[in-house]
Amino acid sequence: MSTNQTTAPATGHHPAWAHQFENMQQQKEASSFGMWVFLLTEIMMFGGLFTAYMIYRIKFYDAFVAGSSSINVQWGFGNTLVLIGSSFTMAMAVWAAHKGKRMQQVVYLVLTMVLGTAFLGVKAVEYKAKYDECHIPGQVIGKGFNATGGPGCSGEGANIAEELEHPKTLAGKEVAGKPRAAAEQIARQSELFFVFYFAMTGLHATHMIIGLGVLAWILRRAWKSEFGPAYYTPVENFGLYWHFVDIVWIYLFPLLYLINRIPHH
Amino acid sequence: MSAENSRAAESSHPTPALYGLILAILVSGTALTYFAATWEMGIFNPIVALTIACTKATLVILYFMHVRYSNKLTIITVCAGFFWLLILISLSLSDYLTR
Repeated sequence: MSTNQTTAPATGHHPAWAHQFENMQQQKEASSFGMWVFLLTEIMMFGGLFTAYMIYRIKFYDAFVAGSSSINVQWGFGNTLVLIGSSFTMAMAVWAAHKGKRMQQVVYLVLTMVLGTAFLGVKAVEYKAKYDECHIPGQVIGKGFNATGGPGCSGEGANIAEELEHPKTLAGKEVAGKPRAAAEQIARQSELFFVFYFAMTGLHATHMIIGLGVLAWILRRAWKSEFGPAYYTPVENFGLYWHFVDIVWIYLFPLLYLINRIPHH
Repeated sequence: MSAENSRAAESSHPTPALYGLILAILVSGTALTYFAATWEMGIFNPIVALTIACTKATLVILYFMHVRYSNKLTIITVCAGFFWLLILISLSLSDYLTR
């Protein structure tokens, strides 16, 4: 055994090869399988949230529509494009690593980081708007939840009850709305929508922040030429994580921002 | 050891052109899902939105995540994950929707 270990370096095998594996290919497949099993646990975690979201959306449909319509769809739309773009640059980084193109790999990883950071920046702007509108659930943060026109709650869609009672068409003409009491009740119930909005986008953003941290570590290793055609498993597995986070957003965007955006007539 | 070379050659990768095409489809899908939400389709609004989302997710899984080019173990692992998700959502909803 000891003679084996002393002679091992002379065989010139890849430094990343762990000896419990038959060969590099088997090692890569084991890592990939492990990564997918981890992603399965992630599917279960987000899956629970999505299921709860669907049940309450069906039960309190009007309140979910009211809450959903009060968030800025342009920011959400732009952020979807940013995240899809970052998934593309990440796929390209894996491709560059596989082809042994170090500089391209570094550039694509940096682009992925830039787009990921831009996404979080937009998310911060959106959260700030909701903070100003008093749409943070609970009574702890800011002035507490208030969707019926509380003092100091500024912003275009802050007063959800008013919006429901006197809805306007795209041309600015007023159309028949709901009675005041019903409008106020729906506005109060929209707090539940915001619980899901913040829980789901918050958990998603947490994944992005962790992802950016791991990405910095991958970038450092790529810069030091640690990856090439023979070994790029960390880049590939991180790519799987990044794409998974992208997929979660692909569902979050229509479910949270686009419940019902049909203009009034 | 000889098996290493033959199996490594098997695992092909998509080309940048294909990645570009997938990106274009994903961007179009995002635009489509936005415009679909502004049309009055009744019960079909959420169905259309989720169909587009599922199509986009499938493209990401097959091409960006290389599942189309992966071994059978990976494919069955991915399928098992989504099958579980389907059980969670369908059985939970079949309970709540029939109360």
